[in-house]
Amino acid sequence: MKHEVIETNIGLMIILTIVALSFGTLVELVPLMFAKETHEPIAGLKPLPALELEGRDIYIREGCNTCHSQMIRPLRAETERYGHYSVAGEFVYNHPFLWGSKRTGPDLARVGKRYSDDWHRAHLYNPRDVVPESNMPDFPWLFEDEVDGEKTGGKMAALRKVGVPYTDEDIAGASAAVADKKEIDALVAYLQQLGTLLQSRR
Amino acid sequence: MTSFWSMWIIVLTTISFVGIIWVLFANRKREQQSTDETTGHEYDGIQELDNPLPAWWFYMFVITIVWAIGYLILYPGMGNFPGVLGWTQIGQHDREVAASDAKYRDMRDRYMALSIEEIATDPAVRKMGMRMFGNNCAQCHGADAKGSYGFPNLTDGDWLYGGSPDEIKASITNGRQGTMPAWGDIIGDQGVTDVTAYVLSVNGREAEPAQVTAGEKVFQTYCMACHGADATGNPAMGAPNLANGIWLYGGNVEQISHSVRAGRTGVMPAHNNTLSEDKIHILTAYVYGLNQ
Repeated sequence: MKHEVIETNIGLMIILTIVALSFGTLVELVPLMFAKETHEPIAGLKPLPALELEGRDIYIREGCNTCHSQMIRPLRAETERYGHYSVAGEFVYNHPFLWGSKRTGPDLARVGKRYSDDWHRAHLYNPRDVVPESNMPDFPWLFEDEVDGEKTGGKMAALRKVGVPYTDEDIAGASAAVADKKEIDALVAYLQQLGTLLQSRR
Repeated sequence: MTSFWSMWIIVLTTISFVGIIWVLFANRKREQQSTDETTGHEYDGIQELDNPLPAWWFYMFVITIVWAIGYLILYPGMGNFPGVLGWTQIGQHDREVAASDAKYRDMRDRYMALSIEEIATDPAVRKMGMRMFGNNCAQCHGADAKGSYGFPNLTDGDWLYGGSPDEIKASITNGRQGTMPAWGDIIGDQGVTDVTAYVLSVNGREAEPAQVTAGEKVFQTYCMACHGADATGNPAMGAPNLANGIWLYGGNVEQISHSVRAGRTGVMPAHNNTLSEDKIHILTAYVYGLNQ
């Protein structure tokens, strides 16, 4: 085919461009959408409770995932520092994924139970209080603002539509579960459960 | 992966190979030299030439295709075909871990056979311990192990849960959960003021004598069960010594009153899910050695 034919026929060019680009998606992504490994939760995995779910949304709102990854690669240097490498079954209820792609701060995939709640609170209020060389921003407003529980149930219902097994009781009790909680409580609760299902001693 | 998806990947990959090769060769101009033929495009006097792809460029494409085929023969990629080398990401990780375990096994066995007291001053242990401390402990206790507000200083010889090798090791391994209840509602505002005065007095600090007398009664009723009749604490419960001038949550009147009124919780996380026994052994020796 002469390239003049394609270059002078924009409709054909669009179609051929889409065909050329779709191969990567069809080969690398589509099979994973149907793979068992990406759909079967690991043992003990449960949907995030109401407070943790709101904490996750604060994590997203504050953009934590722009500086912290949640993905431990199977490289010895990473598993020595962070623990067991991440597996697909840990993320089947994550919508959206918060794997991140940049580590200005450390990976958080298994930060749960590593530090005390008090440490997280002190650290989020002013990271320099506990880690003098830290360049993480302060998040003092989390200590003043209360979690808005009005939409918590709705968020759960939406997640249920994409396959997260929330029960009707979860959704009905969602607002009550986050009532009178500060945003810091939600965020710390979210952080403290991250990656705790899979542990390895090194 | 099911055989359907395996075939899907193999077929699509093959089609894309064939397609790329066809695009590359079907469009190849036979002329080896520039002909200065134009495509007929002209903008502001600048013409677009229709010359053949330079040979080095063309062969670079060929090399990438050959490389890709070689890669898919050696490494996993074609559906369920594992590749001639049998390489996997997890396999490589596990081999690297096994190699490091083998490399350090003798050293670990040697240190594990010795007591904490014996290795606490060993320079190699101190160096390794400092690194491990930096990775696992410094976030709370500080790089210099001197702690900060709410996080104990590990270098001052004062221990909430005891400073013997076994006690330090237990703290690291299983963690600690310290709970000081909130006494505000039970002993009332006056009680808080009085008992604060008493705590000041046992440190030899100035306090209202009447409040000290009243505070001593409150202390001996409510506080002595954990902190001891002489206020020197009880490592078995993690109750701090209140008479040595060392304060985890600050030692001014407001801070002491707040601790009494609202209580405190101090959590040391357990490390038995993350650190191996030998690393805990060396960390214990490092922390123990900080006070020798």
